[in-house]
Amino acid sequence: MINYDIVIVGGGPAGLAAALSAKEHGVQSILVLERDKELGGILNQCIHNGFGLHTFQEELTGPEYAQRFIEKLKEAKIAYKLNTMVMDISSDKLVTAMNREEGILRIQAKAVILAMGCRERSRGALNIPGYRPAGVYSAGTAQRLVNMEGVLPGREVVILGSGDIGLIMARRMTLEGAKVQVVAELLPYSGGLKRNIVQCLDDFGIPLKLSHTVVDIQGKDRVQGVTIAQVDENKKPIPGTEEHYTCDTLLLSCGLIPENELSQELGVLMNPVTNGPQVDESLETSVEGVFACGNVLHVHDLVDFVSKEAQAAGKHAALYVRDGAERHSDQKIPILAENGVRYTVPCAIHPERMEETQTVRFRVGDVYKNCSIAVYLDQTCISRKKRPVAVPGEMEEVVLKKKDLQAVPGLSRITVKIEED
Amino acid sequence: METKDLTCIGCPMGCSLKVEINQGEPVNITGNTCKRGEDYARKEVTNPTRIVTSTVIVEGESQSVVSVKTREDIPKGKIFDVMRALKGVKIQAPVHVGDVVVSNVAGTGVDIVATREII
Repeated sequence: MINYDIVIVGGGPAGLAAALSAKEHGVQSILVLERDKELGGILNQCIHNGFGLHTFQEELTGPEYAQRFIEKLKEAKIAYKLNTMVMDISSDKLVTAMNREEGILRIQAKAVILAMGCRERSRGALNIPGYRPAGVYSAGTAQRLVNMEGVLPGREVVILGSGDIGLIMARRMTLEGAKVQVVAELLPYSGGLKRNIVQCLDDFGIPLKLSHTVVDIQGKDRVQGVTIAQVDENKKPIPGTEEHYTCDTLLLSCGLIPENELSQELGVLMNPVTNGPQVDESLETSVEGVFACGNVLHVHDLVDFVSKEAQAAGKHAALYVRDGAERHSDQKIPILAENGVRYTVPCAIHPERMEETQTVRFRVGDVYKNCSIAVYLDQTCISRKKRPVAVPGEMEEVVLKKKDLQAVPGLSRITVKIEED
Repeated sequence: METKDLTCIGCPMGCSLKVEINQGEPVNITGNTCKRGEDYARKEVTNPTRIVTSTVIVEGESQSVVSVKTREDIPKGKIFDVMRALKGVKIQAPVHVGDVVVSNVAGTGVDIVATREII
């Protein structure tokens, strides 16, 4: 049995920032467990620029952003194990992991930080009819093949889904000489950032077809073509709108799913909207001493916000190790997401534990124009933030002040909602 | 006077910009929420530029490619010239972040630098 104060599951952007923050807040005994052969997680394959404007006030590529954190981790002499897969976490924080050198490892932690990230929605989860030929890839798989393994997975490409990775890969494959014919998006709006539509599609004249989906994949051994069709307001294909594209590759960029098998086995309460754990202001799950941050908690648009969230998780885990049961608080106020707000992270606050301000992040469920984001303490509206446009693809936030919460005796709930003007 | 609507690519906020152009020169920029937006709008209507990111081959390593970028933004019209110039470029490990891989790529005056460590 090995003992550590804090064990962090995952060595991507969330795990790295959480580890550094925990160390800065006084914990010396920290172990990061990473299943890949290197630290950095998904950043290693995100070779495009646009990372770090908030964190470093400069525009970096993914590997550069990761490198800054990896260097700091090494300087801080924080322990980590690569090629190590966590198999189980028990509620008394016994972590079971394995790797080829050491076999089964049993690690007793005082606190655990979940930082496993997310994975892509696969073809099987999308119910696309047709054969199962080679040439259908998730956009992230194609990204890894091109950017890390130096292999171009196809030459004539159709992309289903307008998530950011799909948009980024439309540009990347175009630069590498492939012909990206079209990006089809089921919804009437894009799931990606506006900037990526401009610099990845518009720059290269790649059409984006909203309210369209793939209705057939042709080819038995290798993709030979796909048929896309327009969909109605119920997302059902409209007969007669089918268009055929000859292609050898179909990329799927249809959403990301937090990877929470370990969390569920551990028994943490999940949020059915995010598919991530329910957490409070300390990013602590329903299992005491187990914290969560990054894309395992809810899918982010920006690594900068992942780093920030993970720093908070690292800090709170450090405080938990230091103070243990003393930080117990009876008063827990739920944050309700209503009228267009799909969820909030955190979903509850202990006012005694909260800092002077608390950022609450969320996504909206539809495109809203000229709306306001309103925050209510019980029945009283305490803030209304005007938004010219709010879209599901871009995370929103509101900031709660401790003094506002303390000013309402017997506060029973906080509500965040969209109000159309 | 001509007006052009743009989406800023300076950061993920993606502000909607309006540029008033008089004889090819931007005279009034609105909609931006920071200085980056103004710079982007000015360049976008006069000489649009982009940072190009790609990979080059690393010889004799298990990691077969290393990621690279143009150190600064280059004219948008030169993107494919830069890609052509990178075709067939091979470098030796070790590689460090910031190492110059190709200097003055495609006559842009901008260097291609590595963005990742290969040791």
